[in-house]
Amino acid sequence: MTGRPTHGKTPDGTPRLVLKGIGKVYPGVVANEAVDLEVRPGEIRAVLGENGAGKSTLMKIIYGVTRPSAGQMLWEGKAVHVENPAHARSLGIGMVFQHFSLFETLTVVENVALALPGAPALDELAQRITEVSERYGLPVDPRRHIHALSVGERQRVEIIRCLLQNPRLLIMDEPTSVLTPQAVRKLFETLRQLAAEGCSILYISHKLDEIQELCHTATVLRGGKVTGECIPAQETPQSMARLMIGKDLPHCVHGSARGDGELRLRLAGLSHACEDPFGTDLKDIHLDVRAGEIVGIAGVSGNGQQELLRAISGEETLAVKFPVQICGVEAGRLKPAARRRLGLAFVPEERLGRGAVPGMSLADNALLTAARGQDMLAGGFVRFGRAHAFAQRCIEAFKVKCNGPAAAAKSLSGGNLQKFIVGREILQAPRLLVCAQPTWGVDVGAATFIRQALIDLRDRGCAVLVISEELDELFEVCDRIAVIAKGRLSPTRPAAQTSVEDIGVWMSGMWPAADLEHQPPAGTPTEPANA
Amino acid sequence: MDAGLFTSMLFSTVVAGTPLIIVALGLLVSEKAGVLNLGAEGMMAMGAVAAFAVTHHSGNPWLGVAAGMGAGAAMALLFGVLTLTLMANQVASGLALAIFGVGLSAFIGKPYEAIALQAVPPIRIPFIADIPLIGEALYNQQALVYFSWALFWGLLWFLYRSRAGLVLRAVGESPASAHAIGYPVIRIRYLAVIFGGAMAGIGGAFLSVFYTPMWAEGLVAGRGWIALALVVFATWRPLRVLVGAYLFGGVMITQLFIQGSGLQIDFPSQLLSSLPYWATIVVLVAISRNANAIRLNSPVSLGKPYRPDA
Repeated sequence: MTGRPTHGKTPDGTPRLVLKGIGKVYPGVVANEAVDLEVRPGEIRAVLGENGAGKSTLMKIIYGVTRPSAGQMLWEGKAVHVENPAHARSLGIGMVFQHFSLFETLTVVENVALALPGAPALDELAQRITEVSERYGLPVDPRRHIHALSVGERQRVEIIRCLLQNPRLLIMDEPTSVLTPQAVRKLFETLRQLAAEGCSILYISHKLDEIQELCHTATVLRGGKVTGECIPAQETPQSMARLMIGKDLPHCVHGSARGDGELRLRLAGLSHACEDPFGTDLKDIHLDVRAGEIVGIAGVSGNGQQELLRAISGEETLAVKFPVQICGVEAGRLKPAARRRLGLAFVPEERLGRGAVPGMSLADNALLTAARGQDMLAGGFVRFGRAHAFAQRCIEAFKVKCNGPAAAAKSLSGGNLQKFIVGREILQAPRLLVCAQPTWGVDVGAATFIRQALIDLRDRGCAVLVISEELDELFEVCDRIAVIAKGRLSPTRPAAQTSVEDIGVWMSGMWPAADLEHQPPAGTPTEPANA
Repeated sequence: MDAGLFTSMLFSTVVAGTPLIIVALGLLVSEKAGVLNLGAEGMMAMGAVAAFAVTHHSGNPWLGVAAGMGAGAAMALLFGVLTLTLMANQVASGLALAIFGVGLSAFIGKPYEAIALQAVPPIRIPFIADIPLIGEALYNQQALVYFSWALFWGLLWFLYRSRAGLVLRAVGESPASAHAIGYPVIRIRYLAVIFGGAMAGIGGAFLSVFYTPMWAEGLVAGRGWIALALVVFATWRPLRVLVGAYLFGGVMITQLFIQGSGLQIDFPSQLLSSLPYWATIVVLVAISRNANAIRLNSPVSLGKPYRPDA
């Protein structure tokens, strides 16, 4: 076998894959209902839909990870029942997962070997990996351990792993959510090259601009059902959004920032060596966040975001006081509760487990961060009435869909729980809010609601720091943007004076050495975030 | 120390370390697949009593070893059904298995107490057993000693050179990912657990048929627990298991020699008897403090139940 894929063309008129009336029912949930879908050789078909629309379930059915409860699947004209992923691969179906299915403690070549049939010799396989990676412009060193790779490199490994199986259908599940804009462009080139060679591609995404740029055709899912098919090039983002969410895309209202408020957060040369060998060391980070502004930190995940958040929240205390200053107090050695008493509120990245305790009720979860500020304690006892009432206020003010304050946190959908957590922090009227990935895995409606809540909070005079991988989101809400790369933080730039392109370049760790904050370069091209 | 004493202490050290190596390497395989079986003590006890009974009745120690292996594997299968099929908690099930095995073996073994088996002669490997000092100690040994070395080399090859070993490590790190690329996670875990049980059974058989050819309640004397600790403190690396087991054996034999030598030392014998346990743990903790090595070698999903979503 060589590294060169041989995509057998099916005779004209025979689609590579046809789904007829596919349905999948989980206990209590209908994930897919009567889904029809067709993809031809050389076609890049988008599967468009919000989180929870049933896209991933459908792809898992095609790849044999789960089995459908109804419907029929035709592969190159013949009816098939895909028993398991190995069977799917033997048919010629490859899949790149949204949440990577790589093994961190193994090397690249070992990871690839696990997915290939037979027992290829590792040296020979490493050679083939190098060939394929050069052919498709996906550079990666086969001998490295996965844990030492960046997220973009990990995705390359996943793609190479698929390509080595000579797939005739490649499924990409939300592949760009972890990539810089430049890396997205390279990925699209690779995918176009594959399609030109006759490979069919199913491209799952909720990003309308990407689908318009890349895909020939699109199938739109909402609530597990197909709500339409279209040719993205002939549609507008608005018309596709209507198919996807049933109404127009909501937008945030955003006034200009004051920018002269009092200093609420100052990071003065924050350096911290990470104890976790797979973590990132923070190196000499400087940042000011003032009342009445939203500062965003962009960057590909794994570049020090988690470590920075822990240093600010107090989960990781420092040896010295001065590098973290909250509302004028040198707080480097304070614990999280003490920092909250200074006016810090904090929304962590993981909703379940860090933002909320899954098995506890919303009222109990409200108690966890709001007990002191909202006077829920009396002589060591909990005033459950107050906790209950505060949770009820969060639910009402942030339109959280649930069965009331007694509902367990894990019973809420991701978007609703995130609204509750953000609401819990905002209703405590913080002086400084630090928010990580505020809309990660949240549907469009809830995401817009949360972003608007952040902007409203800013307008009431709070200082807000947002750390996010979604550049569009940062450009939508932030007044100033900085980039974190390899544990270093770039200077900040006014959002209006920079572009997704510039920030994308910075995300690879290359930013001008001069402090741009005080001398915005003239004539920098600006473009709206959704261009 | 004269040469004869050195040789006989080395001989005894190897013998004392052997059951630990066999049991710990078996446990290492099941833990590398992500299954924590705390029932080693019970599996060893069952292996020991089964091996003793069969050897006593048949007169053939090898039938006895096979019976011990079967008894250990059967106990592990029981554990597998509980934790892999019925998704019971691994820690609680393992503790129950340990207590159950020790109790049941005492019950089965009642009629066999105070019977002595005929000692099994060692196997002398020609030529290399003539090497001065170490030859008699290392190459005039019980067959199971050679087996423990073969097991060690075989396991090194299996874990780090073979595809099956790669799959096993993958299952232990991320069962969900292994399932997603098409490996039968539960079946692999069953095989790993049963292998671990079989090795524990052989370890038990070594104790009752070769080491002290007799049966008594409490014969295993905590070796199952030591083997479990060895695997963890050895950060799931076979070479360190080997080193740790011989270290334990060496200290054990040294303190026995001291106690038996009639030397008048002012030191409580109970503390001396506990020396092997804590010396092993202290040394292994000291050499395994590298966080990076632990992250790279420990099975990430150890002890976590996994149910493939159908």
